[in-house]
Amino acid sequence: MAGSNPTSSGYIQHHLQNLTFGYHPDNGLSFAHNAQQAADMGFWAIHVDTMLWSIICGVVFLFVFRKAAKAASTGVPSGLQNMVEMLVEFVDSSVKETFHGKSKLIAPLSLTIFCWIFLMNLLDLVPVDWIPELAKRIGTDFFGADPHHVFFRIVPTTDINATFGMSLSVFALIIYYSIRMKGLSGFIGELTLHPFSSSNKLAQLILIPVNLLLELVTLLAKPVSLALRLFGNLYAGELIFILIALLGLWQLPLHFAWATFHILIIVLQAFIFMMLTIVYLSQASEEH
Amino acid sequence: MNLNLTIIGQSIAFAVFVWFCMKYVWPPVTKALYERQKKIEDGLNAASHAEQKLEEANQQAEQTLRESRDEAAKILEQARTRSNQMIEEAREQARAEGERMVANARSEIEQEINRAKEDLRSQVSALAIAGAERVLESSVDEQSHREMLNKLAAEL
Repeated sequence: MAGSNPTSSGYIQHHLQNLTFGYHPDNGLSFAHNAQQAADMGFWAIHVDTMLWSIICGVVFLFVFRKAAKAASTGVPSGLQNMVEMLVEFVDSSVKETFHGKSKLIAPLSLTIFCWIFLMNLLDLVPVDWIPELAKRIGTDFFGADPHHVFFRIVPTTDINATFGMSLSVFALIIYYSIRMKGLSGFIGELTLHPFSSSNKLAQLILIPVNLLLELVTLLAKPVSLALRLFGNLYAGELIFILIALLGLWQLPLHFAWATFHILIIVLQAFIFMMLTIVYLSQASEEH
Repeated sequence: MNLNLTIIGQSIAFAVFVWFCMKYVWPPVTKALYERQKKIEDGLNAASHAEQKLEEANQQAEQTLRESRDEAAKILEQARTRSNQMIEEAREQARAEGERMVANARSEIEQEINRAKEDLRSQVSALAIAGAERVLESSVDEQSHREMLNKLAAEL
């Protein structure tokens, strides 16, 4: 498996590098040929593989669910429709248990988060060399690229950009809901008048910066923890798959064992991301 | 591991997916679920309603049965009383008829006896006169002796 790469560390590094497209100071608009070039591109670069696979996952999710939604009837559901309805009911009950306000957005948002993350995580179970190897063939045969320059990571959730993309969207929703439900002054009051308050005006004035600091940390910890939890779990999982792939024949039972265990992580992380989103949004829209 | 434009790309993709899901996936599915729930509820209600109706019908049937049984018993009782009464009447009639017939027979016999006595009496008196004529060899004045003869006949 590691045959085309000289060393194990090279193999691992190759597997952990995204296919980056962006503006390089020396090469112009191009694919990065190594990690250094990708770093040089700075912010204005895009991980083509992450975007491609996450969009594929999202489209698969929406295609399947749209098909079931079109066929939805009051009759006896079967097969695919049954599965879709089960998921919808599961998400719906989770939302109703936690989020007490009324919102047309929260439930579909949660469903999208759960299914999308689950599908993206699921790609982690595809043996680590299959699709990168295919990409390498296509890259070298059709585009004349150097095999060492073709990077391809198929699991979007092992890319911190993908997880932060979602968690920052959720963060924006948290702020939106906070302001919509409590008003701008209510939101600012929540940030500055908790947890310490005093009836003495002067003491209160001194406590405001302390409160603001504490509450800002709490607020900012939400998207950061949300993104890093998912990223960390999946990144570690993939790293272990890569390490197992280095073992030669022994990788077969080990891969099987880890993949079996990883199924649990995949579903669990998708569920946690969804649940925490619901919890954060319900906190945002409730008065303390 | 670099943070780059992918964040924004992912956010946009995420927003689009959520929008699509909210617009085209969630409403029809939840609507179907709700409608099915309602249908099942209606079905269950109809079933319990039908059960109740069956219960009512059973009760009514039982009541009708009980009533008709009671009526039959009553009719039977009436018939029995009536027949007893008829038998009693017939018996009474028969007894009266019998008594009447016995009384008739008795009076007829009485009459017969009396007539026979009368006959005998008149014959005896004639015989006595004849015997007395024979004895006296003379005719007896019937007229003069009639009173005596009648007295004699009465003693017989």
